[in-house]
Amino acid sequence: MAVATQVLRSEWTKIRSVQSTGWTLALALVVTVALSMLLSALNKKEYGDMSPHEKLEFDPTLISFAGIGLGQLALIVFGVLVVSNEYSTGMIRTSLAAVPQRMTFLASKISVSTLLAFVAGLVISFASFYAGQAMLGEHKASIGDSGVLWAMIGSALYMTLITMFAMGVTAMLRSPMVSLGILMPFFFLISNILGNVPATEKVGRYLPDQAGSRIMQVVRTDDDAPYGPWGGLAIMAAWVAAALIGGALALKKRDA
Amino acid sequence: MIELVGLTKRYGDKLAVDRLTFTVRPGMVTGFLGPNGAGKSTTMRMMLDLDNPTAGDVRIDGKHYRQLRDPLKHIGALLDAKAMHGGRSAYNHLLCLAQSNGIPTSRVSEVLDTVGLSSVAKKRSKGFSLGMGQRLGIAGALLGDPEILMFDEPVNGLDPEGIHWIRHLMKNLAGQGRTVFVSSHLMSEMALTADHLVIIGQGKLMADTSMAEFIAQNSWSGVRVRTPDHERMREALASAGHTALVAPDGALEVDGANTAQLGELAARHQVVLHELSPQQASLEEAFMQLTAESVEYHAHTGPAGAYPGGAGAPYGGAAPGAVPPGAVPPGAVPPGGSGYPPRAYPPQGPPPGQPSGPGQRGQADQPGQGGQQGGWGADWQRKKGS
Repeated sequence: MAVATQVLRSEWTKIRSVQSTGWTLALALVVTVALSMLLSALNKKEYGDMSPHEKLEFDPTLISFAGIGLGQLALIVFGVLVVSNEYSTGMIRTSLAAVPQRMTFLASKISVSTLLAFVAGLVISFASFYAGQAMLGEHKASIGDSGVLWAMIGSALYMTLITMFAMGVTAMLRSPMVSLGILMPFFFLISNILGNVPATEKVGRYLPDQAGSRIMQVVRTDDDAPYGPWGGLAIMAAWVAAALIGGALALKKRDA
Repeated sequence: MIELVGLTKRYGDKLAVDRLTFTVRPGMVTGFLGPNGAGKSTTMRMMLDLDNPTAGDVRIDGKHYRQLRDPLKHIGALLDAKAMHGGRSAYNHLLCLAQSNGIPTSRVSEVLDTVGLSSVAKKRSKGFSLGMGQRLGIAGALLGDPEILMFDEPVNGLDPEGIHWIRHLMKNLAGQGRTVFVSSHLMSEMALTADHLVIIGQGKLMADTSMAEFIAQNSWSGVRVRTPDHERMREALASAGHTALVAPDGALEVDGANTAQLGELAARHQVVLHELSPQQASLEEAFMQLTAESVEYHAHTGPAGAYPGGAGAPYGGAAPGAVPPGAVPPGAVPPGGSGYPPRAYPPQGPPPGQPSGPGQRGQADQPGQGGQQGGWGADWQRKKGS
């Protein structure tokens, strides 16, 4: 549809013409790669002290993605700002006067940001993998190994979905402060606590990041959750869909 | 053409816009006037489908805003100057708007040139002054070369040169046959630019009339006479068929007369005059009178009940006590004029704080004509006249 093409171009102009796009994505790359390298180097050092069972479950690919846990916070900031800066600046009134078809507007904005997040996710995932493997030395995995390439693509998808989730939540909440205030502690602390405390583990593993991050594993562990890597990603996608539907409903009904 | 039918907006139990019905026609500047908080901006937001009406309907050339394909080509609006991302350059701000409506990129430079922002096109709008932001907003409104233009308080924050520029712009646009709808809380501003007036107060339609008609109906002129020989002058006036009103300082206010008539009348009756001066009510006063009951935020500058005469409203048609004497609704003071007291006085009340000095009330931009029957001066006279 012609209108959609116009709005997509417009949203691309918007996203490339603000500085927050550049610094949030660059920060995501730097933080993820640096932390992945550090943790890979530490794991290499400790490999000799590991039990045979731990050695069996040693997953060099997963280790080289360890930085994503922190780097994803920068992607969340990216997702929050893409949506919330319309509201915090008052631009939303100008935007909706230009594109009164609100669903087209939201879909275009999210499509453009999602595509950009996926490209950034691929770059981060590949950079993180190769930098991590360089640190692991003789324990390293290769892109040709079974499941490794899919884990790399899957990591990029994970980062894309986390960004989309942030956009959906922000479309509902509108304020950057409220959105960040909820999303940052949730993904940095609460989700990890819920996922690692035995009492809440069974519930915790259905949280978006816990379920989605399974896609980064290449070596199967024996305490497997009731879903596989793609099943986990599907659970995460369901969360994202719910957030986006909520955001769309909020935009549709509310006064701008 | 913009048509509003029964447009209503309710926030909780507060009615912000109350069954507005009027039409904005092409080829002229329609002024949308009301005190602060009257519902002007809310109405404009509903016209653009930004806010959902509680009831009623707005149509742009017969269509709902949402049905417009490339709305910027039909209607361009300046809502508030800062409705833009401060981190984006002026050029990119306009570019993303142009792209969203399939407007050629070359238009961006054209409108930047029109509003005089070409030299700062690549600068981020964060650093813009209020006036520059306003110009950028206007550039956005002009972008699609629309037939309908809408400006919400466009002169806010502009310097005199900018104000002059925007007045010209609006008149030019209307002269090209476009529909121009502009809101303001300043009657004096509207008197200079608008051909048609829509006045609202507390969300309700107060007037929908042409500017010429509004001037004809609402200008009041009369003569102020001060004399030590009060009784004889009043008799003389009565014999000549004039009605006089006693101002708080003891002067007589004569409706619908001119100074020559009264000077000759006084001479014939050999009455000594200390003052004989023409008086005019400004449109600002007429506007204030019209919206007095509906002004949401009063400035209470004087003690309430400063008119113990109990004669009631300081403004002829307003509800008693709606505005304390001497209180001027915010923003309603005409440029250059000090806040003068309202026109009507109780018949024998004690003087209020501010005497009404001669030469203070005339508005230069207004044709002086005699008090018209049915005008507010006459209405005031009927209620207060002795």
